[in-house]
This record gives sequence, structure tokens and C-alpha cells, in this order.
Amino acid sequence: MEIKIKLNGRQVAASVEPDMLLIDFLRKQGCVSVKCGCETTNCGLCTVLMDEVPVLSCAVLAARADGHSIFTLEGLREEASEFVGFIADQGADQCGFCNPGFVMNTIALLRENPDPTDDEIRAYLAGNLCRCSGYDGQLRGIRTFLESRRGKA
Amino acid sequence: MLTIRNYVKAKSLEEAYELNQMKTNRILGGMMWLRMMHLNVGTAIDLCDLGLNTIEETDDEIILGAMVTLRQLELSACLNTYTHGAVADAVRDIVGVQFRNTATLGGSIFGRYGFSDVLTVFLALDTEVELFKAGRVPLAEFAAMKKDRDLLVRLIVKKKPLQAAYLSMRGSRTDFPILTCGVSRIDGVYRASIGARPGPAVVVEDETGLLAGEITEESAAAFGEYVAETIRTGTNLRGSAAYRKHLTKVLTARGVLEAAAQ
Repeated sequence: MEIKIKLNGRQVAASVEPDMLLIDFLRKQGCVSVKCGCETTNCGLCTVLMDEVPVLSCAVLAARADGHSIFTLEGLREEASEFVGFIADQGADQCGFCNPGFVMNTIALLRENPDPTDDEIRAYLAGNLCRCSGYDGQLRGIRTFLESRRGKA
Repeated sequence: MLTIRNYVKAKSLEEAYELNQMKTNRILGGMMWLRMMHLNVGTAIDLCDLGLNTIEETDDEIILGAMVTLRQLELSACLNTYTHGAVADAVRDIVGVQFRNTATLGGSIFGRYGFSDVLTVFLALDTEVELFKAGRVPLAEFAAMKKDRDLLVRLIVKKKPLQAAYLSMRGSRTDFPILTCGVSRIDGVYRASIGARPGPAVVVEDETGLLAGEITEESAAAFGEYVAETIRTGTNLRGSAAYRKHLTKVLTARGVLEAAAQ
């Protein structure tokens, strides 16, 4: 079947199988930041923004995304660059595999709630699993970013 | 693995219902659980274009479409004001925000899953389901019905004066629950809904009036004891039947005290 998706701001038309998952479609389009880490709809690695809302692209059919806007990390590098350095500075990125999903959901968090508390950060990012760290480095990184932004304002 | 031969965004409830009469066809819901099944689906029926993703409040009801997401439930001001935050408490630990943005109310309720926080919390309220053919049915009745090929269209919560609380026990924050517990007081009568027994949630009312007088730690504990004696619990990898009985006592008593303080 034919679908049209606005991918990272650009119209894309493609022919897909009815059971093609959005994650597979996106990877085929070259968006390889989107990864499958768990096969159980649990790890958050495949997070993309569908109409501005973070979803697991492993559990959305490409067919359902027809007519919608999808953003992956490839299209949001500038927004991500504002805070990823702060997380890296805390040594939070170790193997780095979870990073794109984590960054995508942090973007969603900060758009929805520009000045979150630690508990709000933890609650929002609870669906992003990292098997290297204990999440404290990421939390410190986001906190440092927020403090630095407040300092500039 | 899930395979799908055809995909249809239904244009009407009639079309969705007709398509769903074929045994090999499936309503998609949020597809969260479905995608993990080994299943060959003939036609996947998507209800996403039928306007069922809204929460409406009238003077005496809150009406929830089947395609409302768990995240919408979590953020709904009218639903959480009415339930004292019990609905948000029930869904906030389900996997993650991204999961809750696509998992649907209809999928959670229709599946009548044992682990369902969603079924548990709505059973604690005065809730009906609206089925396309069978019409309005009390949720408790629906939860006990055999799965058929009718279409779950909406959930209706009756806005009777309510005190309510929701608690669950989990091994870790976003894992499946070991036990779920909703407690409410509607029309002066307390009830508890207990799920993840591990079977689907069931409701126990305070039929003997243990909580008819003053609510104290003792009377709350007595009701917890009564609920634990009344329900059946089982053993699986997450916990034993005896542990679940114990959790039922403790969570029910805590829920009563929380609801009574509102």
C-alpha cells in the first residue's frame, strides 16, 4: 500500500507492506538512529516523535503513520545539541546504544515541561532503559543543562 | 511474529464491526500487546479515524472513547479531579510515556488482561462499557464475559460522589504489577477491586458493613482481611498465592485509609 509521511520536515511517499513497522520504514529511509533494542515494546530505543508526541516506532504500523509527521534524531540534531554535551560531560554515555532514544524522549520532555523537577525527569524518562549506567549521570547532565539555561536567561 | 495481510482504517463502526466478524481479522487497538504475539492476521482493523480518542464530561458522566490513550487518561483533568488522581496513579507506571502515548483504553479493557492496572481502576468506579451490538453493559459484567467479536466503543464513568485510591505492588517501578488494588466509596459503600491475582481484576464490596462505622486502622485492616479471604489468588513467577493474599490485605487497608481521608 502507498503511504505519505512527512519525515523530518520532508514529504516522503513509499509503498509498504501492511505489516511493516514504522521503525523498519524509518531505517529503510536512512534514519538509522532509530534502533530496536528489546523486541518487547519496553526499552525506548526506537522513540520517534509522531505529530510531536513521543511513541515507540516498533509498535506503530507504517500504515498508521500515513498522513502524519514523524521526527527522528536525524531531523532534530540542533535541538539535541543544546543538551547532549551536558550528559556526555557526566560520563553518562558509555556504550551509547540507548542514546538516540534517550535524546528523543528528553526533547519531548523539555518541550512539554521546560523546567522539570528531578522526579518529573525520572518519571518521563522511565521508559528509556540504559544497561550501562544507573541513570544518575543522565539526571545530573539534564539538571546541569537546566541550571546553565536558567543562568543564561 | 505478527503478520498482517491487509490493513484498513475503518470509515465507520459498522464497517469495523462487519470486518471483525471474520475470525482471522483483528482490531488493532494500540497494537502494543498484539505486536508481541505470534499471529497471522487477515485484515487489521484500525479505529484511529473514528473520533474515538476523546474524553467528554457531562453533568453526570465522563465518556471515554476506546482509542483514548493511557497518557490521555493520566493527564485528563476531569477524570483525575473526579477520581482524586486514582486513574493517573493506575497508569503512571505502565512502561513509559512513549508506550502510554499509543496504548489504548479500549485495548486494555477489551483484553481483560490479568495484569491490567486499567481494568482494576475502572472496576473500582461505577463504569459501563458501550459495545457496538450489545449496548451498555456494566464493566464488572463485561470483565467476566467470554471474549466475543463485538466492538468496544466507549467507556462511561458515572459521576457519583466518590472517594477513591489506587495502589499496586511491583518488583520494580515500570514492571508488570504483582498485585493491583483500587479502593472506592460510592453511595456510602466501600469496594475494592483486586487484579494481577494473577487473574483479571474482581470486585469485592463491603457487604457486611465492616466500614459502615468510623474508619480506623482496625476497621480498614478488617476490610482488607475480608477482601483477601473473599478473592482467589494464584501463584506464578511474580509471586505466590499466599504473598498475594498478604498484599491484598495491606494494599486494601491502605487504600481505605487514603480514600477516607479525602
